[in-house]
Amino acid sequence: MSDRKTLQIKQISGHSGAAPGFDVQRDYEVCKLVDTTTCIGCKACEVACVEWNDMPFSATTFDNTYQTMPETRWNFWNLIKFNEHQKEDGTIQWLMRKDQCMHCADPGCLRACPADGAIVQYANGIVDFQQENCIGCEFCVSGCPYNIPKFNPATKKVYKCTLCSDRVGQGLEPACIKACPTGCLKFGSKDDMKFIAEERSKQLRENFGFEKAGVYDPQSIGGTHVIYVLHDATDPERYGGLPKNPVIPWSYTVWKWLFKPVLGTFALFGLLGVCLHYVTVGPRRPQPESAKKEGANGNRS
Amino acid sequence: MATAVERFDEKARRAFEHLGRTEIYVGELMRHPVYTRFLHWMVALFFFLALFSGFGIYLPWLFRWFTPIFGGGPLARAMHPWFGLFFVFFFGLQTLNWIGPMAWTKADTNWMRNIKEVVSGEAKLEPPDTGFFNGGQKLQFWEIVVGCVVYLITGIILWAGARTFGRWPVAISYVLHDISALIMLGGIFIHIYLSTIGEPGTFQAMTRGSVSEAWAWTFHPAWYKEATGRDPQKAYEQALRERKD
Repeated sequence: MSDRKTLQIKQISGHSGAAPGFDVQRDYEVCKLVDTTTCIGCKACEVACVEWNDMPFSATTFDNTYQTMPETRWNFWNLIKFNEHQKEDGTIQWLMRKDQCMHCADPGCLRACPADGAIVQYANGIVDFQQENCIGCEFCVSGCPYNIPKFNPATKKVYKCTLCSDRVGQGLEPACIKACPTGCLKFGSKDDMKFIAEERSKQLRENFGFEKAGVYDPQSIGGTHVIYVLHDATDPERYGGLPKNPVIPWSYTVWKWLFKPVLGTFALFGLLGVCLHYVTVGPRRPQPESAKKEGANGNRS
Repeated sequence: MATAVERFDEKARRAFEHLGRTEIYVGELMRHPVYTRFLHWMVALFFFLALFSGFGIYLPWLFRWFTPIFGGGPLARAMHPWFGLFFVFFFGLQTLNWIGPMAWTKADTNWMRNIKEVVSGEAKLEPPDTGFFNGGQKLQFWEIVVGCVVYLITGIILWAGARTFGRWPVAISYVLHDISALIMLGGIFIHIYLSTIGEPGTFQAMTRGSVSEAWAWTFHPAWYKEATGRDPQKAYEQALRERKD
């Protein structure tokens, strides 16, 4: 993408008007659209994720639901969450939501991370962990509103969904998208996905009786690069703990970007202070001082 | 309670007298027994290990050159809590050891009021009521006691992480842990300066365990009086006359 852009002709000598093709190419922010209303819970995306990312076998946990395990793991990044929601009329609504990294526009993990270069955000919106720089402090876990980063005790590193940045970089869609049989998973530019999601929500509201249907793209963290179409966008919590207004702890913003460097510098001023004290005021010696200095100082005390 | 602590301290001090010696030469006074010195250097060792391993976690873009000492970032991160635990453990013993002489008195309040003259170097001699520890030393001691409690509570929360304690406790602990470290970092510069080049003759108190009498009547006159039974002012004036003769 970046190559195409840098080699795009901007001006042409002796040519009137704009260069042909300039400014017609869009700058993509990628997005994954998950339509929970058409998900059938087949878990093909779970398998595709494990396959493509070549992850070791992860034992499943049976908890009387169809869910593979209670939450994602360091080697299991894509999990369909099954939830039974009792509606007001007493009937049950069976909700399935594909849980994975949301690739927030303002990533809490990245804010919380103290390690240089351990978490990056690409221009296309993908948030990626660089395990070679990770120090395994797990601060990212506290920064994430979705409980996504998972620690591997064996390697002492944290892992999560990459949105298949390796595939996307080669112009392919993520593995989960490729595997989805119902078309409930879509991948494209953020604008396109947002448009499709809004259209689908409108359809749900007008034709299917889901009056509260809407798109989940929380603006409290600047939007996400994984968006959902929900039957009831007013209560995302029922889809297995999807926060309505996800937040990043303020301490990471205020402390890390402002006070940390500033106060750290102040502490180093302490070192400067004692050095200056030594060269200006000088040391205090046991009294009376040695004979040589006595004459000079006069021992007024 | 207090007596149990005293009994423990006495026992520890006696045990350590068998492990090491404190030579007191003529014109010197006993300052710190072997047990105190052992604890001090254990505290110092683990303080700096925790500090340097913590630097790389605190501001890697500035301090990442510290982490190779510990075998890289992940290993520094893995060892930092253990260094911290040992630091808190040894300082806890030191707290028990010093809880008596570190009690805050009126003399310390007066000392803090006079701090300007101490810093400016105008007061050559400490106020006559300055005991075994002065107000500044006590302030730093109690700061470290409070700091250790903060380190321990926030450190355990950070160690176990958000998966055990939740997101917000970690986010808050992170700030408190850093503030505590910054205060101690500022304090350690003053501590090292005053114990070495800032007040010459002090360092041997923590190595050989003894100090010169002149050092004692200059910096801790009330303690000098207690230890020798002589008046510090008179001892100083006599030394001054002898020097001049």
